[in-house]
Amino acid sequence: MTRIPLRPLARILEARQKGENPDAIERENRRLRHEDMRDRARIRAEGRLLVLGVMFFCAFGLVGARMGILAASEAEEPRAQATGASIIATRADIVDRHGRVLAKNMETHSLYAHPHQMIEPERAAAELAQIFPDLSHERLLKDFTGKRTFVWVKRKLSPEQMQAVHDLGEPGLLFGPREMRLYPNGALAAHVLGGAGYGIEGVHSAEVVGRAGIERFFDEELRDPAREGAPLELALDLTVQAASERVLEAGMSLMNAKGAASVLMDAHTGEVISLVSLPDFDPNSRPAAPVAGSPGDSPLFNRAVQGVYELGSTFKIFAAAQAMDLGLVTSETVIDTRPPFRVGGHGIGEFENKNYGELSVADIIIKSSNRGTGRLALAIGTERQQAFLKRLGFFDPVPFEMVEAPGGKPLLPARWTDLSSVTISYGHGLSSSPLHLAAGYAAIANGGFAVKPTLLRQDAPQRGERVLGAESAKAAQRMLRAVVTRGTASMGDVPGYHVAGKTGTADKPRENGGGYYDDKVINTFAAMFPAHEPRYVLIVTLDEPVETSGEKPRRTAGWTAVPVAAEMIARIAPLLDLRPDYGPGLDAAPETMVLSSN
Amino acid sequence: MTEMVYGAVPARDVEPVLPKWWRTVDRWSLSCVLMLFSIGLLLGLAASPPLAERNGLDPFYYVQRQAVFGGAALVAMLVTSMMRPQLVRRLAVIGFGAAFIALALLPFFGTDFGKGAVRWYGMGFASVQPSEFLKPAFVIMAAWLMAAAQDLGGPPGRLYSFIIMVLIVAMLAMQPDFGQAALVLFGWSVMWFVGGASMLLLIVLALMVVLAGTLAYNNSEHFARRIDGFLSPDVDPTTQLGFATNAIREGGFFGVGVGEGQVKWSLPDAHTDFIIAVAAEEYGLVMVGVIIALYATVAIRSLVRLMRERDPFIRLAGTGLACMFAVQALINMGVAVRLLPAKGMTLPFVSYGGSSLIAGGIAVGMLLAFTRNRPQGEIGDILRGRVR
Repeated sequence: MTRIPLRPLARILEARQKGENPDAIERENRRLRHEDMRDRARIRAEGRLLVLGVMFFCAFGLVGARMGILAASEAEEPRAQATGASIIATRADIVDRHGRVLAKNMETHSLYAHPHQMIEPERAAAELAQIFPDLSHERLLKDFTGKRTFVWVKRKLSPEQMQAVHDLGEPGLLFGPREMRLYPNGALAAHVLGGAGYGIEGVHSAEVVGRAGIERFFDEELRDPAREGAPLELALDLTVQAASERVLEAGMSLMNAKGAASVLMDAHTGEVISLVSLPDFDPNSRPAAPVAGSPGDSPLFNRAVQGVYELGSTFKIFAAAQAMDLGLVTSETVIDTRPPFRVGGHGIGEFENKNYGELSVADIIIKSSNRGTGRLALAIGTERQQAFLKRLGFFDPVPFEMVEAPGGKPLLPARWTDLSSVTISYGHGLSSSPLHLAAGYAAIANGGFAVKPTLLRQDAPQRGERVLGAESAKAAQRMLRAVVTRGTASMGDVPGYHVAGKTGTADKPRENGGGYYDDKVINTFAAMFPAHEPRYVLIVTLDEPVETSGEKPRRTAGWTAVPVAAEMIARIAPLLDLRPDYGPGLDAAPETMVLSSN
Repeated sequence: MTEMVYGAVPARDVEPVLPKWWRTVDRWSLSCVLMLFSIGLLLGLAASPPLAERNGLDPFYYVQRQAVFGGAALVAMLVTSMMRPQLVRRLAVIGFGAAFIALALLPFFGTDFGKGAVRWYGMGFASVQPSEFLKPAFVIMAAWLMAAAQDLGGPPGRLYSFIIMVLIVAMLAMQPDFGQAALVLFGWSVMWFVGGASMLLLIVLALMVVLAGTLAYNNSEHFARRIDGFLSPDVDPTTQLGFATNAIREGGFFGVGVGEGQVKWSLPDAHTDFIIAVAAEEYGLVMVGVIIALYATVAIRSLVRLMRERDPFIRLAGTGLACMFAVQALINMGVAVRLLPAKGMTLPFVSYGGSSLIAGGIAVGMLLAFTRNRPQGEIGDILRGRVR
């Protein structure tokens, strides 16, 4: 488009020559230019109007299409439930091995408020604060008189509270049905069950989700609608669990311990019949995780599964059993346990600096000689010792049906020297959970098969990898029985039930590193019964016990964990349908086994 | 003989008003508007009795009022559509001054009828919302300014109109009435667009609107709640929107039947902002389709007719009026089907409301006046050999 010049010189000059006003030319050209501009504007406007028209056509079409889609879709009842419909509130019950309820869902109500529908918000706030002492009056008043249109008041109501709120007659206070998780046995098996809380919450429903323990581990399964409410059957026995807890609790206070744990396991099936960790809590109102102090001292902490401790002399039987299994020794082989016994520059001592002289392998276990098992460990060698402990499960967290189980990861020496081998043979330098120990002892008790502990009911015995020959296992059982009849665990015998076991007293390592406490111990008694045909393995662990009935305080397992375990066995063996047997059992020494008499 | 002596009665070179009007007016749009008005009365029969009942009035009280106001609106529309564009412009500019002052004085003399926004003058028998009258008057005013800017030695009309627009939008936003503010802004933008705005400035304006929206979202709880409600995927069925959506679903293709609808009992704004839901429930998609088609016809026919228009003022003013009319309808229906966030906006001619009806009548009257057939100077093109 060529621009029209306003004053073309040629025309101006021509006009001047003719005596015309040259401004007329400029005016004319301005007019033309303006007309031109208007024409262009008109054409552009035409295009843009067309664009607008098409846009409006599309917009009206869109609204129409959307109307059509809406009209074609299905109408639904106008209920606020729409958001809650997708919440699956059901959750299967958890029962023990005999079908007794450990956890179940109960219908309850939640309380919420629509402040805009309230008639007397001030009165409602005041009276609610009276009904629920844990709610603050100021807070309620602020919520009810503010601009909010929805306020949660209380997540769970008891029927009495609900009636009391109902009697207020305030239309702005509303109830929503919801399920709640109820643990009818209170704190019983608290650590196993864990507890539950609310996930997605709606007014008309709320999702119940597991917070810890087996509730969390099987959360998906328990909430799976396809389950159709089939309960989750645990291996736990409610009565045994209750008896164990009561005995352990009494023992804990009697022995002035700050914590305690016990595991009772079926040696053949791997079923955990009872699992106790004290102090405990009520899963119905699971406390918040501690923010201060050692997490290991919190009631939420599961000492039997999460707690890893140096479990002391209870490990000695593994060295003895492996040495026998490898054919290095028999139970009568005599080992020199006299000092000095130096490994890697460290002298290995005995309890109270005793000197047992020369001992048979059986007596090493019975008298609990550190130097004896140390020598066995050196004979076995580091690699074979590691392989054996690994097969027993001491290298990995127990694959257990609790979310906390991976937390119980054993602590292994960073560099496994000969010294490590020796100390580990008597239970120092390797920390593991009581559950690990139970699995290890179960392998001895069931004749040499590795066992995977489980919380679920099993119908048949596990036949895991063979880790020990049947003969060696049997010999180890005899030694353990002898520990009870004439060794360090003499208080552990329960007439008729032939308890066998091994004590363990381990000094607690200082938290800030660098050596061990003199006056803080972990006492463990690892037992199996009945000794001639072991069916159950029981581990009892006391944290920092001290027995004060004597002249000076006693901190050995024989004085603390063993009597507690014995009482426990006396109480639970009848519950396990074990018939007392007053025969000789393993005590009648067969010809092949001659116990050393010194 | 008389004629031979005194000469013939001088023939009037001006065609009589009515025949000329009938010949030149866009009769399609006119009939569409009349049909919309009748549909409004029909729907009012369905939608307003619950409100009348709530207010303890005769069941058809609001229908009667609607008929009276509608009659007045129709008269205003017809009279306006018979005027010459210049007359329309003069009156509208005067009206603009009056409405502008009325709007500015609202904070001092207005009333909010307990709805939280001061938008009305209570006048006993009826209430007047100045912004309803201001909208069409502003369109004319802005079109006049913009068109004048294209004249030789004209004023910087676009700048003036922009300043006026900003003033009005600010006053409306302070009420607050974001819906009307958005409409005014939209009307001005459309005129600016058709009047030849550069694309760059258009993009800048779009960005400014986005910015303003974000600011409003962050600073106005009222506004933020609406947007949040729109963005959340599932609608709470106990809100107006939920009821409206449900009503459309209930209605299906042919409706639940005259008088059988339920939504009008639950929706406080069934007779105004959500009248389309009442229509959809009782008369089904068929009726909704008819309503949409009527609005689309008025808007698109007007725009097509304006494409031929040579006078910049008429073109711009007509565009602004047609687009505002169409967008108001679009927003109202778009909200009901959840294409847009909840915004109170009446459905022109169909919704109940005195001042909105009369203002709508005047606006459409102006539009009809502007879209009348008139010589466009095509002969000049032919003479200048610039026929396209």
